[in-house]
Amino acid sequence: MDLTQSDMLSEDFFKDRRHRLHSYLRQEILPTTFCTGCGCGTVLGAFAQAVDELALPPEEIVTVTGIGCSSWITSPYFKADTLHTTHGRPLAFATGVKVMLPDMKVIVIAGDGDIAGIGGNHLIHAARRNIDISVFMVNNWNYGMTGGQVSPATPLGARTTTTPYRNVEQPLKTAELVAAAGANYVSRWTTYHVFPLTEAMQYAITKKGFSFVEIIAQCPVSYGKMVNMRSGTDFLNLYRDSSIRIEKARGLSEEELADKIVIGKIVERDAEEYVEKLYRVNFEQTTDGKQQDE
Amino acid sequence: MHPVLAEYAGRNFFMLGDEAAAHGAVWAGCNFFGGYPITPASEIAEVLARMLPRMNGFYVQMEDEIASLAAVLGAVWSGARGMTATSGPGFSLMQEHIGYAIMTETPCVIVDVQRSGPSTGQATKPAQGDIMQARWGTHGDHEMIALAPASVQECFDLTIDCFNLAERFRHPVILLMDGEIGHLRESLTFPEDDTGIERLERRQAGPEEQPFGGEEVPPMISFGRGRYVHVSGSTHKPDGMRDVSTQSVHDQLVRRFLTKIDSHREEITRLESRFMEDAEVVIVSYGASARPSLGAVLEARRRGLKVGYLRLITIWPFPRREISALNQRIDRIFVPEMNLGQLSREIERFVSCPVESISKIGGVSLMIKEILEPVLKHFKQDGP
Repeated sequence: MDLTQSDMLSEDFFKDRRHRLHSYLRQEILPTTFCTGCGCGTVLGAFAQAVDELALPPEEIVTVTGIGCSSWITSPYFKADTLHTTHGRPLAFATGVKVMLPDMKVIVIAGDGDIAGIGGNHLIHAARRNIDISVFMVNNWNYGMTGGQVSPATPLGARTTTTPYRNVEQPLKTAELVAAAGANYVSRWTTYHVFPLTEAMQYAITKKGFSFVEIIAQCPVSYGKMVNMRSGTDFLNLYRDSSIRIEKARGLSEEELADKIVIGKIVERDAEEYVEKLYRVNFEQTTDGKQQDE
Repeated sequence: MHPVLAEYAGRNFFMLGDEAAAHGAVWAGCNFFGGYPITPASEIAEVLARMLPRMNGFYVQMEDEIASLAAVLGAVWSGARGMTATSGPGFSLMQEHIGYAIMTETPCVIVDVQRSGPSTGQATKPAQGDIMQARWGTHGDHEMIALAPASVQECFDLTIDCFNLAERFRHPVILLMDGEIGHLRESLTFPEDDTGIERLERRQAGPEEQPFGGEEVPPMISFGRGRYVHVSGSTHKPDGMRDVSTQSVHDQLVRRFLTKIDSHREEITRLESRFMEDAEVVIVSYGASARPSLGAVLEARRRGLKVGYLRLITIWPFPRREISALNQRIDRIFVPEMNLGQLSREIERFVSCPVESISKIGGVSLMIKEILEPVLKHFKQDGP
């Protein structure tokens, strides 16, 4: 059967030809609002793939997001309980959710401006508590939704709309900060490394305790316009060429790593998780626990 | 009755207003408290940190007041009855999430034990300077529910009321205490048992019901029930999905937030009035300032002066009908308060008789004679 172009754009054509991961999305509100070439779609795809491969029922997931482009990845697009909160605060909300619903998988997807900038303090303390929340920080090196202003993760020297000459601030090494604060699992990948990224997301979701995956993701519109990288592939090529495995990076100096993206697992440990400890205290303090002592 | 409640039931304790509010929360069924230390509110956190784990509840101390209210809101959507407590500087930080709670219709209780400001002010002396911050601290159009206790017993009783009002209207409710009452130590009598304590159930939406519209106060859908609820601080449609571009969607949503409170004022308004039958002038007060106000009224009555006493327990929504009613028969209204006339100006909006503010700041409570003096002057009597 010969299909015309209008046939191929019709609802009927798509009805039976949906991508198998479409069932994880709130289809009634598609298409997404992401710009052409944006990395958020890749992260959404990787997340849905991770959930699918884990055979994790979406009714056991609560996603909590803040304000910014990447907060839209799961909220509203991913079909689960979705709490779309205020700028920088998703981890504080997620803490309340996890304490009350310890059997649910609590996922936070947030941008660098959201949780390394305005919400940086919440990030440090959630990691310090080692609460069982999986955080996927989409680092696009700028405040994309507001039009491309400098963020705490913007590379030194980069032009943005609010650093029109060059950025004179050192970017925050957010993943390393979270590792130092006490998270059980921290890794960094890029949207170029889709398969290891998906695996890392799966690992983060299943790992008990605070887990954090920094995802370097392209913003060819708001960030790209200022650094003359206007397509998604410009960024993917950069990620491919400048990424270095953490194992290799360990032997190199700060100068040698200046323009590199260090990818791989940064930390893994098995420290006791926060909510479990809260429940143990409750067990000890309620009559159940006291009777057991006697 | 839970064994922890039984330890207190029917007994009399000499305790702080802060402690009484914490106990009230426990009796109201609070099982999540997001805390951050601040004088003069820290005792609330301390009591709940001790009691909640014994009742399978949770005390979580967050990194700041922004986070402590955020954790409460996350917990409430996950089925908890949540509360936080703070004072002026922390209350300022909470305004962001008070707005979020209004927009997402999240029931929660916020205790503000007011202290002297602006900023750090006279850390940590009492004041009543957050009357307007409680009303208008967060941005955008909204209503507010705030109750002001004037005794330790009332700290207990009104905290329970706050929890029920929060559930009834799906709205944040503020217990607007002041440092004077929070740190006042007097007698509290616990209920004989908890059968008489109302604990309004949270209504869950049926399959055909919408969590953010369709009725004045819609039912909620808590997380973890496989209903894929979407909660957002953005303007949203009755199903919760964002719509920030349709004028009528925003207009209907925000107007509903106002009317769901405004059309039920009689349910929310709590007042105490004494000596009002023949009163020619009236002293209108609230919280700590109501105590010397009553003293002044009693002294004026002893002198044969027709002075009435009206204590606002509900500060917001403002009891405008009851205040307007004073207009027909009252010559003058005196408003003693520990700020520079915040409630007095609100009263002026609803009456045409003269309103005289008796204001005092500086961390020291009003004295009976300071309230009595202008009243005697009105009656052309000599000072006290």
